[in-house]
Amino acid sequence: MGAIALNTLLMIVVALSIPGVINRTRSILAGRKGPRLTQHLHNVKLLLNKGAVYSTTTTVLFRIVPTVYLGAAIVAMLFIPVANLYPLISFDGDVICFAYTLALARIAIIFAAMDTGSSFEGMGAAREALYGALIEPAMMIGFATLAMFCGYTSFAEIFEHEQSFNLHYTIIMLLTAFLFVKITFVESGRVPVDDPRTHLELTMIHEVMCLDYSGVDFGMIQIAGWLKTACFSMIAANAIAATCCFYWWFAVPLAILLTGLSVGIVESTQARNKLVRNTTFIVTISALAALIFFIGYLLQLDINI
Amino acid sequence: MIYYVTDNSAHSVALSDIPEVEYAALYNDLKERLQEQRYHIAHYFATPVGNRLKFYLLLLDDKEHKVMLSSFAMDYYDDVALPSLTALHPQLHPFEREISELYNVEFDSNPWNKPLRFSFDRRNRNSTIDTYPFYTIEGDSLHEVNVGPIHAGIIEPGAFRFICNGENVLHLEIALGYQHRGVEKEFSSTDNRLRQTLLAESIAGDSAVAHATTYAGVIEKLLQSPTNENLIKERAVALELERMAMHIADTGALSMDIGYQLGQVACEALRTMTINTTQAWCGNRFGKGLIRPSGTNKPLTEAKRKMILDNVAEISRRYDEVRLDINSSPTILARFEECGIVPKEEMYRIGGVGMAARASGATRDIRSSHPFGAFAQGYVDHQSVVKKQGDVMARLMVRANEVLQSAEYIRDILNSYDVSEEYSHPDYTSALTPNALSFALTEGWRGEICHVAITDEKGSIETYKIKEPSLHNWLALALAVRGEGISDFPICNKSFNLSYCGHDL
Repeated sequence: MGAIALNTLLMIVVALSIPGVINRTRSILAGRKGPRLTQHLHNVKLLLNKGAVYSTTTTVLFRIVPTVYLGAAIVAMLFIPVANLYPLISFDGDVICFAYTLALARIAIIFAAMDTGSSFEGMGAAREALYGALIEPAMMIGFATLAMFCGYTSFAEIFEHEQSFNLHYTIIMLLTAFLFVKITFVESGRVPVDDPRTHLELTMIHEVMCLDYSGVDFGMIQIAGWLKTACFSMIAANAIAATCCFYWWFAVPLAILLTGLSVGIVESTQARNKLVRNTTFIVTISALAALIFFIGYLLQLDINI
Repeated sequence: MIYYVTDNSAHSVALSDIPEVEYAALYNDLKERLQEQRYHIAHYFATPVGNRLKFYLLLLDDKEHKVMLSSFAMDYYDDVALPSLTALHPQLHPFEREISELYNVEFDSNPWNKPLRFSFDRRNRNSTIDTYPFYTIEGDSLHEVNVGPIHAGIIEPGAFRFICNGENVLHLEIALGYQHRGVEKEFSSTDNRLRQTLLAESIAGDSAVAHATTYAGVIEKLLQSPTNENLIKERAVALELERMAMHIADTGALSMDIGYQLGQVACEALRTMTINTTQAWCGNRFGKGLIRPSGTNKPLTEAKRKMILDNVAEISRRYDEVRLDINSSPTILARFEECGIVPKEEMYRIGGVGMAARASGATRDIRSSHPFGAFAQGYVDHQSVVKKQGDVMARLMVRANEVLQSAEYIRDILNSYDVSEEYSHPDYTSALTPNALSFALTEGWRGEICHVAITDEKGSIETYKIKEPSLHNWLALALAVRGEGISDFPICNKSFNLSYCGHDL
């Protein structure tokens, strides 16, 4: 019981820490001191204390979506174990349930964007739907690799593996970790796929869908975004921790730094993709996932390498 | 004889010297002449004189470095339609549209006879910016995206209407006029020359020095007073500092739009350093207060000369690193190259000017074709930076190379600058030549700026006309995004960085 509570608490800590680390990394690389590590929390607190303003063209759908979006993200978070701890919800096949809980969040926000009738948000919804559909195979093949190699279909059991060193296991886990770091970039809408800092509506993907949200609704969407990022980051961290040091006190800092530093560094040094190139970029991640699955299959057949 | 031929460094022209011809003769001549790339129109406007409407036209001959003046007239209430030159040479469209809007002059078969800027004194008051006749295309697979007139950033207002097929832009139309202030009328409403100078500095905030220099040129030609060497040099330094500051700022803005943080922060810092140099010289970061007719209040001292030399050397060195970084980053090149292409022929056709034209291989540069100030005196030997590709990258590289070039010019000029020379104070009172037309052409950072003043018999400015390079180049932006993804519009827009208030006046 204590392990479950600690697990949930740590997931929240990871979710709240990553944006601060990203911003700090970016600031340092830009030669600035940067905002305090908790600045994003203060910003969202401000939003949560405000009421919301609704466009007259929107319907009730628009108003319930932030709740659905945040709810789905919270449920998804409850599936993820923190290394040797135990998640609140766990059953056979929960990896599929996790993926489609997040898909529910995506479809909800797409509907909300369409509901505003704005031409910007319509474009954003079309982009989100396309990229969401393209990243799904990568995610599913990634889960399939884990399930095939470990023989379980629930996150909690997948990562609970024997601690003795196993070369095949290490290879597959590290490759999968790399895959999930890449998926984190796409799912949390960071450079090079999307740019959360831009003010240019015409280039936005996720941000443009939230243009009509304000106050408490916008705050909820932001928190949901953090939770989503934390889920993928923790999956990647678990995969690495499983190969060397499978303890929560190792996995938590790893999850924060893995995403915080990699996103921060990429956003400081690299330009965003041309929008049409995003498709290639995301399909390549799926191809990578397929390749890892194939390697996993060969290793499981125990060929000599 | 259709034209009075002069050049950009001659004195003002007596109105009686400008031939008044039949429109048909001018039409036939321009029809042929404008097919050659050496000619383009610098200004073409109408102004009421008594009960007549008098049209003046300034034609530039880049090859012979000459300015050709001509005029024709019609009755103020005449409603004969003139055959449109825009139909043959689209570069005339802003001029014919302005004349149509202000005086209801009909240009027969003008394909794009839309209001230009909704002046307060337009003839048809029922035509308002809210009823701007946007071009439409019908089709099930098409959708329209309207951006503006109020934008998310800190930029000025202007309405952009895209017609898109999915993510691809088929057509972009830009409706401007939200910033109209009546600047041209303000010039003729006062004889206070200091006031006029301040007005000139406010035509476009990012080109304060360029416009003030052009205004000072117009006035000095009407005063027929010689300007001293140091004054000419100071103006050149100020103009090149402004060019550096704006080109660096736009390099930063382009980096920001593609999410390239290092380029952005480096350029923001360098731009601040550049405008702070101007501030340390004259007290204003944009060079306001620096350029005054026939003199200066802010002569360079030895300490300031040294300060500018040191700062410019440092900026130039650091900016070169940014330039190399951009040139060697595949992710950045992937965004900028082959994006927003305006071919050379199109650029000539629409009368594109300045750095945008040079990025397309169209060598329009007043500094070499119609030299003024330090460029006419031979203090610097100017070679235009020209690129062929006409894409965002080419425009960025023209900027980058011009920053380094301007730094060299500033160094050369300041090294030969003698601080011990006497300086002259501004002249706000001497009488201007009466009944004369005076024009000045300046190459601002954005391109060719042309001011024209016409004085009455008492020597007061009766008509003042301003042409900002943006007037031509807005159309280049519209052409650049055709066939591009709509998400690439922002970088195309930034690569031109055109002025709204300079267009709307």
